[in-house]
Amino acid sequence: MWICYFSPTLILPPVITEETMSLDHADVKQIAHLARLDLSGEKMESIAADLTNILDLVAQLSAVDAADVVPMAHPLQMAQRLRSDEVTERDRREAFQSIAPQTENGLYLVPKVIE
Amino acid sequence: MHNKSITALAAGLRAGDYSSVELTQYFLDRIQRLDTGLNSFITVCAEEALAAARAADKKLQAGEAGPLTGIPIAHKDIFCTKGVRTTCGSRMLESFISPYDATVVARLKAAGAVSLGKTNMDEFAMGSSNETSYYGPVRNPWDTGTVPGGSSGGSAACVAARLAPAATGTDTGGSIRQPAALCGITGLKPTYGRVSRYGMIAFASSLDQAGPMTTSAADAAIMLQAMAGFDGRDSTSAEQPVPDYSSGLQDDLTGLKIGLPREYFGEGLDAAVARSIEEAIGEYKKLGAEVVEISLPNTHLAVPTYYVVAPAECSSNLSRFDGVRYGHRCEDPKDLEDLYKRSRAEGFGDEVQRRILIGTYALSAGYYDAYYLKAQQVRQLISDDFKRAFGQVDLIMGPTAPESGFRIGEKADDPVSMYLSDIYTIAVNLAGLPGISIPVAPAAGSPVGLQIIGNYFAEARLLNVAHRLQMATDYHQAAPAGI
Repeated sequence: MWICYFSPTLILPPVITEETMSLDHADVKQIAHLARLDLSGEKMESIAADLTNILDLVAQLSAVDAADVVPMAHPLQMAQRLRSDEVTERDRREAFQSIAPQTENGLYLVPKVIE
Repeated sequence: MHNKSITALAAGLRAGDYSSVELTQYFLDRIQRLDTGLNSFITVCAEEALAAARAADKKLQAGEAGPLTGIPIAHKDIFCTKGVRTTCGSRMLESFISPYDATVVARLKAAGAVSLGKTNMDEFAMGSSNETSYYGPVRNPWDTGTVPGGSSGGSAACVAARLAPAATGTDTGGSIRQPAALCGITGLKPTYGRVSRYGMIAFASSLDQAGPMTTSAADAAIMLQAMAGFDGRDSTSAEQPVPDYSSGLQDDLTGLKIGLPREYFGEGLDAAVARSIEEAIGEYKKLGAEVVEISLPNTHLAVPTYYVVAPAECSSNLSRFDGVRYGHRCEDPKDLEDLYKRSRAEGFGDEVQRRILIGTYALSAGYYDAYYLKAQQVRQLISDDFKRAFGQVDLIMGPTAPESGFRIGEKADDPVSMYLSDIYTIAVNLAGLPGISIPVAPAAGSPVGLQIIGNYFAEARLLNVAHRLQMATDYHQAAPAGI
């Protein structure tokens, strides 16, 4: 039942259209799914309330007129450094895989994803 | 012995008053005796420390010692340490043994410092009280019923309790300065990019920065000297020469222009804290500084901006914890999605999950412009405030935190009230500026921190200005009772 692991790709959500800042259980459930977090039913109530409070705090931003401001990408306006395309790291697969939950023949093992 | 500065300890080592092995054993004994009541360490590395101390003693004998050779220090458990468990305060990394050293760890090792162990912290550095740690809260050595601040609460508490002469910390929204203030020690957050982030477990990559936590500015200068510098392994590392941080410590302050932002002294600031800050400002006037009122008009937007930018970056950074390559994996996953979801839900605590959810929401389709883009625009406005201020003044001063230590449990159920304890520190991260917190007169027995904010790469000036106050006053020498 185990096969090798592929990077998970982020699957974009159906657009959440509701414009209100208050989040209901369905919203939280959808966000939790996107974040790959298993939220139990009993936690949902308090998390929805906490998230709504945080979004209320953040809502102060909507009153600010910043339409003409260039978004700040980096404090020092630095450009990304480039390096020559050379091998600089040695293979440390064994060291890195020694801390993995489950490996076989140099591969990470996960539950079967393709029938 | 434990109240000595790094310089004094190093002099003792050179004079042969004690060996590094003896010094290391002395601090290990203190940790064993005193830390049960504080919980400032997650992992103590006695064997590794004594081996490093023996190597340091050889260097000392050979006359090859630097200012940190043989000096015991502690690392915040956010720094990867080869062969030593690195938990980041999380269940997710409960049994994670890093296969490599963070650059900060490697540099301090190369400078001969002896690591005593790994200090407790809020989980993944998300918190301002150290209560979100999976390994239990840290207690403030000044009053064990109060929090030490966070997220570098273990580092702050262990230095305050003199369990280590110095420690490393990290600061994303105040996580070095706020616990330094609450524990009565000196904590410096350098300019973004000054210290390498390589091997420092990422929370919010555009804000995270490592720095020293010590009992004095002079000791912080020695630590920063070893930590700072360009690192090709950190893509945002600054290619700036590192000055000598100790040589200008004594420089005269006559004519120094200090700006006091009126927004940092308004509503929400505890009156006793305000008095302590004003008293310290008075000391600076005596030292020849000129004080002017300035305005940072977007101050009130710093916390809301931060709680978009930081969770957004956190949700992205923490997606690497998937139960596949390292870290916690749930039992018997029924499929791949179940493996991801249950490993992450079991491995992360409540505050980390809240921030991942907020960040995921802010970055999700249809919401990106309203939240993340808007926050980055407002971040620019906040940064422009500082730019204007530094056209008028050399440094900015104010309180580090709005109040002295709060009780354990007091804010644990109210995330938003907890977030507001970083109200004076967060803007500094958003702008990428350096800031230092130093202890001033206590308020009702609790430590209070004065925050000094400088222009980009002005660490040497911050240390100079902090050191001059520490020459004129002895607040930084006060230690908690029973220590």
